[in-house]
Amino acid sequence: MCQVDEEYNGQLEHVATPSVSKKCVKCKESTAVLIIRAVDAFCRCCFKEYFIHKFRAMLGKNRIIFPGEKVLLAVSGGPASSSMLSQVKEGLSRDAPKKLRFVPGIIHIDEGGASGQSMEDRRRAVAQVESVLRSSNYPYHIVYLEQALNLPSSVLEVGSSATEKLQTGPSYKAAVDQFIQTNQNLHPDLFLENAWSHLSSLSMQEVQNGLSNPITPENTQALQRLFASVRTLTAKEDLLQTLRQHLILHTARTEGYTKVMMGDSCSRLAIKLLSNISLGRGASLAMDTGFSDSRYGDVVIVRPMRDYSSKEIAYYNRMFDVPSVFIPGLDTKAQDKASIQRLTESFVNKLQTDFPATVSTIYRTSEKLHTACPPQNTNSPTFDKCLMCACSLDTNAEEFSAFKATLISEQLSQRRGPGPGLSLGTAGAPGPPPASFTGQGQCRSSDEGQRMPATLDLKSLLCYSCRLTIKDMTAVDILPQYILAEAERKKRRITQMKIVILGSLK
Amino acid sequence: MTASLPVLVRGSDSDVSNKMAAPIALHLEFGGGAELLFDGVKEHHVILPDQSEPWDMKQLLVWIRANLLKERPELFVQGDTVRPGILVLINDADWELMGELRYELQDQDNVVFISTLHGG
Repeated sequence: MCQVDEEYNGQLEHVATPSVSKKCVKCKESTAVLIIRAVDAFCRCCFKEYFIHKFRAMLGKNRIIFPGEKVLLAVSGGPASSSMLSQVKEGLSRDAPKKLRFVPGIIHIDEGGASGQSMEDRRRAVAQVESVLRSSNYPYHIVYLEQALNLPSSVLEVGSSATEKLQTGPSYKAAVDQFIQTNQNLHPDLFLENAWSHLSSLSMQEVQNGLSNPITPENTQALQRLFASVRTLTAKEDLLQTLRQHLILHTARTEGYTKVMMGDSCSRLAIKLLSNISLGRGASLAMDTGFSDSRYGDVVIVRPMRDYSSKEIAYYNRMFDVPSVFIPGLDTKAQDKASIQRLTESFVNKLQTDFPATVSTIYRTSEKLHTACPPQNTNSPTFDKCLMCACSLDTNAEEFSAFKATLISEQLSQRRGPGPGLSLGTAGAPGPPPASFTGQGQCRSSDEGQRMPATLDLKSLLCYSCRLTIKDMTAVDILPQYILAEAERKKRRITQMKIVILGSLK
Repeated sequence: MTASLPVLVRGSDSDVSNKMAAPIALHLEFGGGAELLFDGVKEHHVILPDQSEPWDMKQLLVWIRANLLKERPELFVQGDTVRPGILVLINDADWELMGELRYELQDQDNVVFISTLHGG
């Protein structure tokens, strides 16, 4: 029993902190099993309730997802997206008291081609993910990153905003009431079941085709060439993110989904916020880390997991058997300083251990961010958007801005002439903006052939951080065809517009 | 009273020679990508050898680093403790509730290390 021993006395004093056999702060009865936010201890049941409730509250508070709407869940297989999938299943199940009312589908992207995995490993990982997806009974689409090379250039177009329709259409409450009324006669589950089975029968065929593996070794090599041409890991991760977005967007558009749910957790978004600032994406922070991202117009990206920390998600998955598949990515086992994103991640995580309010503070700051510029008018949407990431171009800066200063110092520090299509060759004259338009120069160069103009002037179509990503590539024409084609098209339109303007001035 | 504090529980004998803990059998699990550092093996049954003082988590980490970790120790252990971002569960409870590094291991304990560093 008690020992009056020197050692034990020492230990007794040491363990004075009241961390053992703490009671749950909610029900005050059961023993706590988890500490969240450094002070709140929850027992198992209360934690489960808290977790499930947060998901519904997040969707209910931001009334964006309308009843009956088709929503695409982006599941990478990792813990957060698998947790999101299980929450959706939970919310749509029969026993749920107030059911969520949308129609889900799932997309999974196999990115093994970019991270250099062998075909064997990729097949195994995809099979594991597929078994998880199949158990959900929702229609799913398995897409390979190689398919991003063959996307149509229309994927870069910003669709017409759905908000216009919403303004004329019913409000959220009215839509919900209408939905309940029309399905009053049908058993509510029957309606959803019909919808699901219809969707499943449609896309099962697609899945069959998908299973026969649409990618060839040549595609994989082309993809590897693309990523090998990018010099830094930072730019590689940025490019991967862009391609991933485009693939998801394309799938959503072709399959008729109007919303996409991404599984970004609170911790991940805090890291993303800080690393985006370092990458030069400060202008689009609100869209990148907010709950809803409507930069693509017709497809809105929502992030329902943004209130969950990684710890909560990992704990929930473990305790309630949510299956997830670990797939190594580009930055697996990378050093801390390998890329900006990795460095930010290790910084935030380290800070979080000593100051547990770090992530939530960053998160709360991100909630207060709003885009400064007014919503774009529909007349000239395309010219104001970045070619690759579709956020507003932030490079029409005034004479004495910091951006201009970086351009000037870049020009001054360049000794030789233009490199392989990346330099400021045509835009070399310091002073009169805009650097992109050289009137005769453009017309002349468009006569010279297809490829040269695209490489020389891609920069004017990109936002600041996409420019930095492209700068890290050894050659711009390795970019997927759809990006180059769209760039070509945009530049032609700009040239035509400016010719018209010049003509009218004379 | 003290019996409810796990850090103080040891055999009921006050005989000094019984403070030599019997070898402790543990069930270790690695998840969330942490298994990559252990040759991809997620579950390990280990037996910690006899020693004069009771085993605690801090010593367990040293032991794991010396005996189980196959590569890149800095991705698992940092200084005395686990790398930030690795969640530790002891018998399905948060180790922060059990005293973290000071928790004294008992026979048949289940310790899980989940890396939360890979996204979702």
